[in-house]
Amino acid sequence: MNTRATLSLAMRALLRNRSRSLLTMLGVIIGVAAVIVTVAIGVGARTSVQQQIASLGSNLLIVQPGSVTTSGARTGYGGASTLTPADGLAVATLPGVAAVSPTVTAREQIVAGTQNWQTTIDGVAPTYTFVRSWPLASGTFFSEQDVASAAKVAVLGQTVVQNLYPDGSSPIGSSILIDGVPFTVVGTLAPLGQSGMGQDQDDTVLVPYTSAMERLTGQTTVSALDVSASSAASVDTVQTEITSLLEQRHRIVAPQPDDFQVRNLQDVAAAASSTGAIMEFLLAGVAAVSLIVGGIGIMNIMLVSVTERTREIGLRMALGARAKTILRQFLTEAVMLSTVGGTIGVCVGIVGTLLVSLLAKWSTVIPISGVIAAVLFSALVGIFFGYYPARKASLLSPIEALRFE
Amino acid sequence: MRPVVDVRGVTKIYDLDGQSIRALDGIDLTIDPGEFVAVMGPSGSGKSTFMHIVGMLDRPTAGTYSLEGTDVSQLDGDARADIRSRRLGFVFQAYNLLARTSAIENVELPMVYAGVPAADRRRIALEKLEEVGVAQLKDHLPNQMSGGQQQRVAIARSLVNDPGLILADEPTGALDSKAAESVMRLFRDLNEQRGITIMLVTHEPDVAAHAKRVVTFRDGHILSDATQDRKAA
Repeated sequence: MNTRATLSLAMRALLRNRSRSLLTMLGVIIGVAAVIVTVAIGVGARTSVQQQIASLGSNLLIVQPGSVTTSGARTGYGGASTLTPADGLAVATLPGVAAVSPTVTAREQIVAGTQNWQTTIDGVAPTYTFVRSWPLASGTFFSEQDVASAAKVAVLGQTVVQNLYPDGSSPIGSSILIDGVPFTVVGTLAPLGQSGMGQDQDDTVLVPYTSAMERLTGQTTVSALDVSASSAASVDTVQTEITSLLEQRHRIVAPQPDDFQVRNLQDVAAAASSTGAIMEFLLAGVAAVSLIVGGIGIMNIMLVSVTERTREIGLRMALGARAKTILRQFLTEAVMLSTVGGTIGVCVGIVGTLLVSLLAKWSTVIPISGVIAAVLFSALVGIFFGYYPARKASLLSPIEALRFE
Repeated sequence: MRPVVDVRGVTKIYDLDGQSIRALDGIDLTIDPGEFVAVMGPSGSGKSTFMHIVGMLDRPTAGTYSLEGTDVSQLDGDARADIRSRRLGFVFQAYNLLARTSAIENVELPMVYAGVPAADRRRIALEKLEEVGVAQLKDHLPNQMSGGQQQRVAIARSLVNDPGLILADEPTGALDSKAAESVMRLFRDLNEQRGITIMLVTHEPDVAAHAKRVVTFRDGHILSDATQDRKAA
């Protein structure tokens, strides 16, 4: 007997008991739908965390000044004034370092025409757009020459643009006052949105770091160095090299604590994604359990079905069905129940996922591999839980099956 | 002429709660092509056991059984299923049609197991339904047909693989006398006009009267084996 005949026999047997077939499938439908929704939410959450981390820049390392102790009180990281632009230039010469941008941060009131706004002023180098993977929306960025001359030029973030130019006019070429000092706007940054910590990254004004030091903070140190490693693989090596270079430059010997700290954003990313992976694993595990429960439901119904259809099995044997044919038919019925249930479950799961992302505003990603795995797994459930009842049916003696009351 | 059924010394012993019951005890019987044999006897005489062995639904404890010249008593389950599928046709007392399945699909079923292509199945099934006079009921479900009609569908089903022998187990047991008479007439027509060999188990003399030969069983032995003039058609 060929496959098509087997399939059509199994399908007819299932269609003869529509409502029972549907109820049997329900377990698998719910199981698979649960797998799809939970995996979609898990992968979605992980992807969005990864995107937020990636938006911080490519292969980014951040060097911060260390803690300083004043009358016994330690300030914590960033408190010391130990990093200089010269440190930045030295780090830039290391192999494996693609670019370095020092950052000098100040919080100032800015004025443009009749509007004013308080925001973060970041003094940076022209390499900043590369290091932070942050493209311009319009205009140009300031040059090395602007840095050398501590030029009074600025590049505005989108939030600042919206607040200083509410009429929508182009800020390029206009003049703004930062802490009373006039700066010319040369460009605007592309919108970046919220950071992983919920900060509005667009609420910023960029100026050359030299200008920030000379005209705004009046300091000779920088608040951080943003370092971009040339590849993701070299991040760890670069981190070690920066540490030893700065220890050397700052004359720090072994027992002494470093007066700086090098942070690697890949660590943050790895931690975040491993948390996500654990969550996903847990959710998928719970969903898999529900699938197995669905499979037990199938086995239960198939066993009832074998008992109920004993006479039918006897008849089929009398009409020439081999034991193997009977086994194949009942196994096919079980696999059909579970696979059709799995497919319906995928559809329900996709609809459920769309509802979740629509109503809860969670970002979700339905992985194709997950969909395929769910359907395959449900087919496996059918084979596994269908085999026992099918074998039981095939072992019936035709004469006893025919006599069965 | 090669006999259809040739049974030599067939014995069947059941083990029931540690007690062995000798249902058949050394049966010898030959059925030639074209015969119409009625097997009679009270319940417990062994006539049903005999039919199950001839129908290859059961195996004898001892003795040999040749079907159309081939010794089939030693065959395994698959080979037995194949012979049931290709050489034997069954008609049961309770019709045994698949519920919620149309007449024509019921008739097609043995051909599915015999591996007949789908297109041929439909055509042959319709032919056989016409032959037994219920072609107009082909799309009816069993519960939409009378007992006589269901039994005719079951007879059509037994014919589809051109069997060498049709085995009928109390085929009129569930029918009223009029329907029973009409079903028996169908069996006679199949035997006389198509030359189909039929072995029929019954305990009703009225039914047995349609056969050319009556074999009577008692306590696992053949009590009598006689050729008779048929009841007038």
